[in-house]
Amino acid sequence: MQTFFQQIINGLSLGSIYALLALGYTMVYGIIKLINFAHGDIYMLGAFWGYYSINAWHFNFIEALLSSMVVGAISGVIIEYFAYRPLRHSPRITALITAIGVSFFLENGMAYLFTSDTRSFPQVIQQHNYNIGGVLISNIQILILVTACILMVLLQLIIKRTKMGKAMRAVSVDADAAELVGININRTISFTFALGSSMAGAAGVLIGLYYNSIDPLMGMTPGIKAFVAAVLGGIGSVPGASLGGFLIGMLETLFQSIGLSAYKDAVVYVVLIIILLILPAGIFGKNVKEKV
Amino acid sequence: MKANLKTNAIWLGLMIAGYYLMNTLILVGVINSFIENMLVTIGINIILAVGLNLIIGFAGQFSLGHAGFMAIGAYASAIITNSINSPIGFYISMGVGVVLAIVIALVVGIPTLRLRGDYLAIATMGAAEIIRIIINNLKITNGAAGMFNIPQFADWATVYIMMCLTTIVIVNFIHSRGGRAVMSVREDEIAAEAMGINVFKWKLAAFVLGASTAAISGSLHASFLQTIAPNDFNIMSSISILIIVVLGGVGSITGTFVAATVLGVIDTILQNFGTLRMVIYAVALILIMIFKPSGILGTWELSFSRILKRIKVKRGVSE
Amino acid sequence: MSELLKVDNLIKNFGGLTAVSDVTMHLNSNELVALIGPNGAGKTTLFNLLTGVITPSSGSVVLAGKEGTFPLNNKKAYQIAKLGLSRTFQNIRLFKEMTVLDNVLIAMTSRYKEGFVSSILRFPSYYRTEREMKEEAIKLLKIFSLDQQTETLAKNLPYGIQRRLEIVRALSTKPQILFLDEPAAGMNPEETADLTRLIIEVQKEFHITVLLIEHDMSLVMQVAQRIYVLDHGSLLAEGSPKEIQQNPAVIKAYLGEEA
Repeated sequence: MQTFFQQIINGLSLGSIYALLALGYTMVYGIIKLINFAHGDIYMLGAFWGYYSINAWHFNFIEALLSSMVVGAISGVIIEYFAYRPLRHSPRITALITAIGVSFFLENGMAYLFTSDTRSFPQVIQQHNYNIGGVLISNIQILILVTACILMVLLQLIIKRTKMGKAMRAVSVDADAAELVGININRTISFTFALGSSMAGAAGVLIGLYYNSIDPLMGMTPGIKAFVAAVLGGIGSVPGASLGGFLIGMLETLFQSIGLSAYKDAVVYVVLIIILLILPAGIFGKNVKEKV
Repeated sequence: MKANLKTNAIWLGLMIAGYYLMNTLILVGVINSFIENMLVTIGINIILAVGLNLIIGFAGQFSLGHAGFMAIGAYASAIITNSINSPIGFYISMGVGVVLAIVIALVVGIPTLRLRGDYLAIATMGAAEIIRIIINNLKITNGAAGMFNIPQFADWATVYIMMCLTTIVIVNFIHSRGGRAVMSVREDEIAAEAMGINVFKWKLAAFVLGASTAAISGSLHASFLQTIAPNDFNIMSSISILIIVVLGGVGSITGTFVAATVLGVIDTILQNFGTLRMVIYAVALILIMIFKPSGILGTWELSFSRILKRIKVKRGVSE
Repeated sequence: MSELLKVDNLIKNFGGLTAVSDVTMHLNSNELVALIGPNGAGKTTLFNLLTGVITPSSGSVVLAGKEGTFPLNNKKAYQIAKLGLSRTFQNIRLFKEMTVLDNVLIAMTSRYKEGFVSSILRFPSYYRTEREMKEEAIKLLKIFSLDQQTETLAKNLPYGIQRRLEIVRALSTKPQILFLDEPAAGMNPEETADLTRLIIEVQKEFHITVLLIEHDMSLVMQVAQRIYVLDHGSLLAEGSPKEIQQNPAVIKAYLGEEA
């Protein structure tokens, strides 16, 4: 039972990072129907920003977190502006290949500039472990969970309560109609990218603290897992992405704990394929069929 | 009938001429082992990309897991030639690789080919990763370290001949009743069904055919380079095959040949640049997608039967 | 006249919505029947049910053709097409990036058997099959005066010609029954007149049964031997063009309560 709770705690911490990443996927897919392959790499940029800002300018945790969110947001907007905006009316496959190109560019660009070495993330917060009934919880785990939850609630409020959030929902339902009623499509899409990418930036700093190591290719696998999480929750749905993220995180720690950690990535892909086949709309998604 | 014979003869002549040209250049010493390596890599990439172009460009199914099938062929050859150390063993291993790839393509394709567009891309990528992770953890494949000292039975001539053969198979398939059915699936699945075409069967046929040629290229890769590791077949390598297809033109086999050659040469030139090379690739991919999404050649194909027809028409006019 | 297609108590529910409710109808061989009804009456849904694009919730569809009797429910669209039910689409669905000739050849795929191996190795039988297919396709295209445009991409044809090509494509599956879904939609009166002639010709020439959805009443009244009227998913009336024109229930459905 103890190990079970221990795994739940570990799974929740990892899952909250996937959830933060999944939010970006789900929002971007919801609004322009693009699997933003480069999303995982924005998370990598966030982690690198955290690394340098803490090491060079001695940022504290909050400063590093907030500034990496800003960096994430800016990079997201720039990527959308230069790479995706010209392709808004192209076939989706064209946009997807471009997204792969952007991802490729960020990974190799960072590897070129900063070498592809793995480096250890500065421990800006001293780790303490608390023992609660035999279950070990570190302050960093609590911090990750709390930060992720705050950000998720904040995001939900922005989407549900603000004018920009309403515009985002309108564009995702029907961009042409939204434009007709006076919504600035470009600005709304940029805002969506900014919002989603800031979550990825935050996730980057959090993972740096949690796993203590970062490298230019670190975004690839978590990016794909977060996408699986978004699909699992129902792509386009914000609560779905959060739930999906937690589920994937727990699944992964579960497999790690039963000694199959070599296969933990494979399991995520198996889950993806099964979900796509039996529940293509995910837990909270809507199914759309082609009209004849 | 006569025109058909003529075009077939021209193609055959071209292939034989290519062979002797290479042979002579190697004998004379114009092609050194460095260039030979480059040419072999280009040949292997052509086999891979022609197969992927069949799946993406002609059947319209966006598969992102081509490297997984290449891995199957590569490991089949590595494992089998380690125990049957002879050319016969190599060709048996190639056959085993193809059969395995077909079986796995069926296992992967039957459930996933019902998905559309980007979802299929993600699912096939997942499938390829599963293959890689399994290889990474098996004893017989020597895990993450990979396999070394694989006996070399593939030289440039083997690769050249296999390249010609696989291309003939795929091009002939495209120009047959099956090829048209496959293309109708790309154009409009619902209309194709209404015209009596078993959409799923043809999708699967294209997918399996593409996968089996990928396995052949994997065998050649393993036998020529003599060293393989699971990481040679990761998402990145699937993407590099995709880049060749996209650059050449989705739906143009001629374009695939051109793109594989151009990229192969550039790759060799930029070899000293290391990571920068990948950055340049990435930028090129983005720029192509934005400014010329149809690739270098679009869907244009080199066709001798068309050229012959044109010559005939011209002659008719001048006479 | 024998009953070629028999539809009994066909029902289709989408969630809570009943799109087609309890439709019973039949088509005789060599008959030209029209299916009319106001927008949203469920005409295209009925077409989709009959051609297997969607599966019915309950009821039965049976084809009693030359080759025997086949139940069509739960058959896939391509199997139904092979049994001899072919169709056109309301919003033209040609293979746009392919030539006129290829569009027709594709529809002949299931009628010609040429194995993978003989195609790959180019056995003489491959060339023979290809030649036979092309000859048949061109013959068919000639009837519809499309034989000068065999190498044109379908997407580059004018709208009216695209509709005509769709009919040719449907015919090249050698159907027993041809379903035409609003073939005159978007056509000017001249084109419609052409099409009217064409439909009558096709039906006579190819000895097939035609079921036609159409909003253009002048076309329907000219060509149809029998008319079914569908409203809110159920059959409202059946009869000759004359009977339908005078049917008070039909007039009410089209013009509203107070007419």
